[in-house]
Amino acid sequence: MLPRPTTHSKALGPGVAGPELAVAISAVLDRPPKPVSHLPLSGAQPCAVDPAALCDPRQHTKYPYVTGTSVMAIKYKDGVLVGCDTLGAYGTTKRYKSTQRIYHVNSKCVVAAGGEISDFQYISNLLDELTTDDYRFDDGIELSPQEVHSYLCRVMYNRRNKFDPLWNSLVVGGVQGGQPFLGMVGMIGTHYTDSHVTTGFANQLARPLFRERQRDDMSEEDALQLMYDALKVCYYRDKVSINKFQIAKVTKDDGVSISEPFALDMRWDYKMFAQPTKWAVGAW
Amino acid sequence: MATAAPYQLGNPLSKVHAEAAEGHKTHATWSPYDDNGGTVVAVAGEDYCIVAGSTRMSTGFNILTRDASMLLQLTDKVVIASAGMQADRKALHKLLQHRNVMYQHDHGRPMSVSATAQLLSNTLYYKRFFPFYTFNLVAGLDEQGRGAVYNYDAVGSYERSGYFCQGSGKELIQPVLDNQLKAASPLLLPPRNSITALPLDQALDLVKDAFVSAGERDIYTGDKVEIFIITKDGIRRDELQLKLD
Repeated sequence: MLPRPTTHSKALGPGVAGPELAVAISAVLDRPPKPVSHLPLSGAQPCAVDPAALCDPRQHTKYPYVTGTSVMAIKYKDGVLVGCDTLGAYGTTKRYKSTQRIYHVNSKCVVAAGGEISDFQYISNLLDELTTDDYRFDDGIELSPQEVHSYLCRVMYNRRNKFDPLWNSLVVGGVQGGQPFLGMVGMIGTHYTDSHVTTGFANQLARPLFRERQRDDMSEEDALQLMYDALKVCYYRDKVSINKFQIAKVTKDDGVSISEPFALDMRWDYKMFAQPTKWAVGAW
Repeated sequence: MATAAPYQLGNPLSKVHAEAAEGHKTHATWSPYDDNGGTVVAVAGEDYCIVAGSTRMSTGFNILTRDASMLLQLTDKVVIASAGMQADRKALHKLLQHRNVMYQHDHGRPMSVSATAQLLSNTLYYKRFFPFYTFNLVAGLDEQGRGAVYNYDAVGSYERSGYFCQGSGKELIQPVLDNQLKAASPLLLPPRNSITALPLDQALDLVKDAFVSAGERDIYTGDKVEIFIITKDGIRRDELQLKLD
C-alpha cells in the first residue's frame, strides 16, 4: 500500500526494486515530461476523486481498523473445506482472539472473510436478511452458493463504484446441485471461482500447496491434512495470525458444520528458525 | 477533518492519522482499479474472424485463477473481448448482454457487428469520468459476411481494423501481426481495409504462435488460450494449452 519504486527500473534492470536515487541527477530533472495520454499533465492521479475535496462531510473508508488475515478453501470429493484463524487484529496488536470469521448462511453455504471485521459483520447482516426472506417464503428453496457469490460480487462492486468499499476479501463455499462450489470476491469486485481459493497471505503461502496436492476427488482425510498443512504454513509465516483455527465443512449429505476452534502442533525448534543464516554462504 | 491528533503510544493508527491531518499522505489512497492481466487478439479474414483471449487472471504478482474467460459471445456472429480489470470486464459484459437481449426484443433480430461496435463505444463513453478499466475488441462478421475487428481504448474511441490486440501482451504481439498480416498504410487514399487474405487455418496458426511467444515473456499471459472462430456456420471454440509458469 505504500508507494514503492517499481521493479522495472531502467538503471537496475527488471525484477529488482532498488532504492530511489537519493539525488535526482540533472538528466532526470531536465527531462521534459513525456506526454502520457492516460495521465493528466497536472500530475494528479488518474480518475482519483478525493471526497474531502468535494466538500462532502461524509468520509469514505480509507483504511481498515480491525482486520482478519487469510482465508483458504478447497474442494474435495464430498464438498468443500473453508479454514481460517480466529484473530481480529488491531494493526499489529492481536486484540480479539475469538472472532469467528466464517458465517453460516444456510444449509448449503458459508461465507468467510479476511479484512475489516466490522464490514464483514455488515455483510453478515445483509446475508441474514436474505436468509430470513427465504425462511419466510417457506417453500423449501434456499439461496445456492453461486447466488450468494453473485450477490456479494454486486454488493462489493457497487460499493467500490461509490469509492466507499467494504474492506473485505470474501470466500463463498458450498454445495449446489450435488457439486461443490468455491468462489472469491475482493473489495474492488474482482471475483472468480475455482477448485481452491485463498485470500491475503494464503495466496502466496497456501495456494502453491493446493496447486500441488488438491484434487477434486480427494478424500476427506487428505483434504483435512492439506488444510492443516496450509493453516500451519500461514501461521508460521504471517506475523498477524494465531494458532487457533476453525474449519467449516460443507457436504452434500451433512450440510454445514463449523468446527470448534482448535490448535495445531507447531514446532519452533527448527535450526533454520533459530539461526536462519548459519549455513548460508558469507553469513555470520 | 479531525483535529491534528498527536501520535499516541499504543494506538497503532494514530501516526497515520496525525500525518494525514497535517496533510501528508503516508500511504497511497485506495484505488478502485486493478489490472488483472491477460491478452486478447482478433484477426479478420475474408469470410471468418478469429478472436482469442488468455485465461490467466492475476493481481500484482499472484495468479488468482488459471481458467477465467475474457471473451463474451453476444450472438452467432459477434464476440466481445476485453482486457484489463476483471470486475469492470464482468460488469461491462453483463450490461452489454442485457442491451443485446433488449435489442433482440425490440428489433426481432440479433445485433450486427457495427451496431455492437457503436453500442460499446457509447457505453464506454457514458463512464468517461470514471471509466471501465477495460481495453476492448469487438470481432465478428459484418453484413457482407466479411471479418470485422473493432478496437477501443478505455473510454470508447474506436476504429475498424483488420486485426488488433489488447492487454498485457499487446506490445509483444502487435508488431508480429503487423509484420505477418501486412497492414496497408492508414495514410493511403482511398483507405484500404486490412482484412487478411490468409486462409483460416494459417491465420489460426499465426494467432496460436503469437500467444505462445507472448506467453514466454509476459508473466500475465499463460495457462490457456480460449479461441473463438466465427464463420457463417456459427462460432467454434478451440483451446490452446500454454505454459503454466
